[in-house]
Amino acid sequence: MLSYIARRLIWTPFLLLIVSLLVFTLGSYGPGDPVEVLLGQRMNQEVAERIRHERGLDRPFWVQYGDYLGKVLRGDLGESFKYPGQPVRPLILQKMWISAQLGIAALAIALAVGLPLGLMAALRQGTWLDTAIVSFTLLFMSLPVFITAPFLILVFALNLDILPTSGWNGLFSSSIVLPALVMGLPGTAVIARLLRASTLDVLGQDYIRTARAKGLPEMLIQRRHVLRNALTPVVTVVGLSLGTLAEGAFITETLFGIPGVGRLALDSIFARDYPIIMAITLIIAASFVAANILVDIAYGFLDPRIRRRAGAGQ
Amino acid sequence: MTVRARETTQYVGRRRGFSRSLLARLLRKRVAVACLLTIVLLYGSGALAPLVAPYNYRAQDLSHTLAPASLSHPLGTDRLGRDILSRIIYGLRTTVIVTVASLATGSLVLGVAAGLAAGYWGGKVDTLLMRIGEVFLAFPSILLVILIAATVKPRVEGWVRSLESATGIEGLVRLGVVDYLVVFGALALFSWVGMARLVRGQVLFLREQEFTTAAVAIGASTPRILLVHLLPNALPPIVVAVSMSMGSVVGAEVVLSWLGIGVQPPNPSLGNMIFENGSLDVLRSNPHLLLAPVLVVALLIFAFNLLGDALNDVFNPRTR
Repeated sequence: MLSYIARRLIWTPFLLLIVSLLVFTLGSYGPGDPVEVLLGQRMNQEVAERIRHERGLDRPFWVQYGDYLGKVLRGDLGESFKYPGQPVRPLILQKMWISAQLGIAALAIALAVGLPLGLMAALRQGTWLDTAIVSFTLLFMSLPVFITAPFLILVFALNLDILPTSGWNGLFSSSIVLPALVMGLPGTAVIARLLRASTLDVLGQDYIRTARAKGLPEMLIQRRHVLRNALTPVVTVVGLSLGTLAEGAFITETLFGIPGVGRLALDSIFARDYPIIMAITLIIAASFVAANILVDIAYGFLDPRIRRRAGAGQ
Repeated sequence: MTVRARETTQYVGRRRGFSRSLLARLLRKRVAVACLLTIVLLYGSGALAPLVAPYNYRAQDLSHTLAPASLSHPLGTDRLGRDILSRIIYGLRTTVIVTVASLATGSLVLGVAAGLAAGYWGGKVDTLLMRIGEVFLAFPSILLVILIAATVKPRVEGWVRSLESATGIEGLVRLGVVDYLVVFGALALFSWVGMARLVRGQVLFLREQEFTTAAVAIGASTPRILLVHLLPNALPPIVVAVSMSMGSVVGAEVVLSWLGIGVQPPNPSLGNMIFENGSLDVLRSNPHLLLAPVLVVALLIFAFNLLGDALNDVFNPRTR
């Protein structure tokens, strides 16, 4: 297990290097000149050349890339093209905090609704309740947020008029409810579905029959024997659902007018603000990889069988 | 008389009966039949759009703008008096093209081939392919797809334009060929990874089975082993995965067009319709403009997911 994690950790910097090169290449060879976007109507060949020279955009590709990598390693993410003089790091950190709050709210909804639903469906397998929950999860599992959002806005914001349609006022305000719900729904469905499957799997195991046979109270069996073992795969999915959350964030933040990092990424792509795009991509990639490794480690601790098997394989 | 060594494959020997009983079992499920009918109906009307749609997607009837549902316009008309039902049907045509093309290239060809290779040869091939896959999984696909669409598309458009002027073929750009090319190309880049991992896992198991050893022993060629022995036995999970991922490809096309970087108006796509009508004003005054395409997309995604679930039940021996 240890050497497995070590191997993954060694591979991580290379992975990030490839990701950065990929995005940097797309950025430099893609069309659309950031300087043109910046100057807009005031476009002037001379001024453009000067800005290009000041920012080092007229140097060869590999020099630019190497220069950028060196700066990133020192924690300097560069300066925005679109907002001159605005360093990228504080800008992104501030936006990321907003997105993180939204993500936490969405994840909380997903767990709070998904876990009970999944457990309920498994314990009442074959009843109408089970069927209803399974259909619900299948519907919402891959429903993109721009489909659920209009319906929720129509019902809660326009017809019932109990929630605001858009805006951002922090974690503890009514304006977070709709976006968090929209982003949390796919996660809810995935968690419920998975917990149902894993619970059914555990319920069929011999040790549950043993526990019942020796007369343990049903509540105790469900809590200590069933739920604990059934939760293991859910841990993985919560870790990996970071990706779904990030994906939902791009659209949800745009739909609901939330000034988060997803919105920033979209705006930057259209403004060709490459320093910001690069920084966001690298940060997201790094956190994806970190989440993956954490999930692997957590998995090993939760399920001793995996720890032993991975250890024996070395 | 010579005794010829005969290859045996695990299921293939009784495959005809096997797949027929699977189909019969699938058709016994009412949900699965309903899903199949929905998909056939939506895809069929999309594929035959010019024959099925009551109007052309660009035909404007300016005396009936924003009309509610009526006999002549079953789903009403939009701001320019265009028939919404017809636009949805033509939008479905885009969905059909994009989903089939990106799935065929991405998942089925790239994904299955990479999975077979990685699983069968293992070692360096396996490491290389899985590492490449990891790069694509390292960031949210939507970010890279948007980036590719925003940076690569104008360049592709330039190529196609010069191709047009060089060969004298006209209208490639105008018909939106470039949009389709870039959108499904970018989608395919991501959709192969999941399929490759799935197939690899299957092959890792299958290649250790006795029928594979037997096939190797009697000297079957490697392509024969891969395509005749391993692939058919890995098929059930592939079918389930395809059905499940169709829904997300439908969604992804809509997201891209909705962001304004996918299929460009006036070429109709469900994403475009949602994008054009995705404002609070529309939702307040004419919700049907937005809800009609949204419901069709939701129905399609739901049908694919339910079908995938039913297929999974049918294939999975434990729940049989």
